[in-house]
Amino acid sequence: MSCWNQTYECMSREEMRKVQSERLIKTVKRVYENVPTYRKKMQEKGILPGDIKSVDDLKNLPFTYKQDLRDTYPYGLFAVPMSEIVRVHASSGTTGKKTVVGYTKNDLDVWSEVIARTFTAAGAGKDSFLQVSYGYGLFTGGLGAHYGGEKLGATVIPTSSGNTKLQLSIMQDFGTTHIACTPSYALYLAEEMEELGIKRSDLKLQAGIFGAEPWSESMRQEIQDRLKIKAFDIYGLSEVIGPGVAFECDYQNGMHIPEDHFIPEIIDPDTGEVLPEGSKGEIVFTTITKEGLPLIRYRTRDLSSLNYDKCECGRTAVRMSKVTGRTDDMLIIRGVNVFPSQVESVLLSIGETAPHYMLVVDRKDNLDTLEIQVEITPSLFSDEVKKLEDVEKKISKEINSTLGISAKIKLVEPKTIQRSEGKAKRVIDKRVIY
Amino acid sequence: MLVKQISVFLENKSGRLADVTRTLADNNINICAMSIADTTDFGILRLIVNKPEDAERFLSEQQFTVSCTSVIAIGVEDKPGGLAKALDILHDNGISIEYMYAFVGKTGNEAFVILRVENPETAIETLLKSGIEILPSDKIYCA
Repeated sequence: MSCWNQTYECMSREEMRKVQSERLIKTVKRVYENVPTYRKKMQEKGILPGDIKSVDDLKNLPFTYKQDLRDTYPYGLFAVPMSEIVRVHASSGTTGKKTVVGYTKNDLDVWSEVIARTFTAAGAGKDSFLQVSYGYGLFTGGLGAHYGGEKLGATVIPTSSGNTKLQLSIMQDFGTTHIACTPSYALYLAEEMEELGIKRSDLKLQAGIFGAEPWSESMRQEIQDRLKIKAFDIYGLSEVIGPGVAFECDYQNGMHIPEDHFIPEIIDPDTGEVLPEGSKGEIVFTTITKEGLPLIRYRTRDLSSLNYDKCECGRTAVRMSKVTGRTDDMLIIRGVNVFPSQVESVLLSIGETAPHYMLVVDRKDNLDTLEIQVEITPSLFSDEVKKLEDVEKKISKEINSTLGISAKIKLVEPKTIQRSEGKAKRVIDKRVIY
Repeated sequence: MLVKQISVFLENKSGRLADVTRTLADNNINICAMSIADTTDFGILRLIVNKPEDAERFLSEQQFTVSCTSVIAIGVEDKPGGLAKALDILHDNGISIEYMYAFVGKTGNEAFVILRVENPETAIETLLKSGIEILPSDKIYCA
């Protein structure tokens, strides 16, 4: 077993606390001085930067929400002048507004560092051939993995997503040893290989680093069996940095968090109280080295738990469990974050009133499918099939351009979608993931 | 000169068509002609009934999505070439048909054809000029 950064990945808990405390103090000072939103949040709680003396004081700091990023769209939470920002990425946001994140040169270094740790933990090194099949673009997956791979010294093959046949032939010809993509795409690759008659012996593939969507242990087994590789889980979110916020080691027993960069907490999503070690709750991150967009106690809405026991791999870095759900209604469909409210705003833009709708998510042949059932309204109805099909096409097209995913639109009769008292139930998730 | 047609949105699931016909029966509405256009997920049921306003109201009350459209009813000779003659006239005049369906009248000498076109007024004028019989509601609506 080897680490990319033995010092930080294996340091004692006491030493780590010292590092975290020092960096947290600096970060709090930085955001207080440079980000009006934070200054206001802290003033409201009656906290001054000087009140933060160690990680123990973290619990007194205010939370940051996705909404804070939206309210200050696009650059309002940045803590440095734009001249120091060398890259931006964005995640798909609700109602067309994206969540924009920015990186300084140093932030990109940190990001590459945590990805290098990730790939090292998955057995990759400078002799490896790393195929990055995450999408390149505003999405953090592709470029994040790319630069981390280069920092590691591996030979990076930037195939980006799509064009599966080409991906497979490159994999054969270029001698790919490691692949980074979504787990569902890994299974799709396995299927295509079988279909095209590509033999496993034609490939040098050893391991895959899979993330950007939830996946189960049984899916891991299937990937490992069919591709004959070891499948590693990776976690991340663009707000914190992108992929590399947590990653699995050889023991595949929880994902290590580079705590010298991101401090995790588990809180009760309702009360905001920090929960005792081992509890399940919402995972919250504080970045302590980021310059461009430092975030204090960022509410991920992901449910997880933390394990501080030293891992068999030798790393002392805390491990987070697989995310077992969300505290909000966000769905991850084929790696894309989808909020039902986005669908609602699309429907509003098409009809005079928003009809009742339901998102039915399923997984067929290992790929997520989304069906949107829309109740017909008198204004959408026509006696001509062509016009109704046009309505379906229009909704589908709008969904695709707003959310970036394809969905099957199914018009249904009024009052057939389940009504509920209080919060409307908008999602039927048939995927068996956990 | 136009005839009222009732259209109903139906999901493709068993029993829905029966629900429509039962609603009409319970309210003493007689179906004179009907047709269904179907796709994978849904169908549009089109009906000519003796009391279209009542039908629209009762079906709406039962939560069906209903609309009322004006269509043209023509009478054609119930023999080979009867329909072809009418359709040729429409074609020659550049009038395209959105959809149509036919049924046989009670006397049996004449076939009734329901036509939905984009511009009914022009179509009626054209058809009349060519001697095609346009049927008024009272001749189409059954008792």
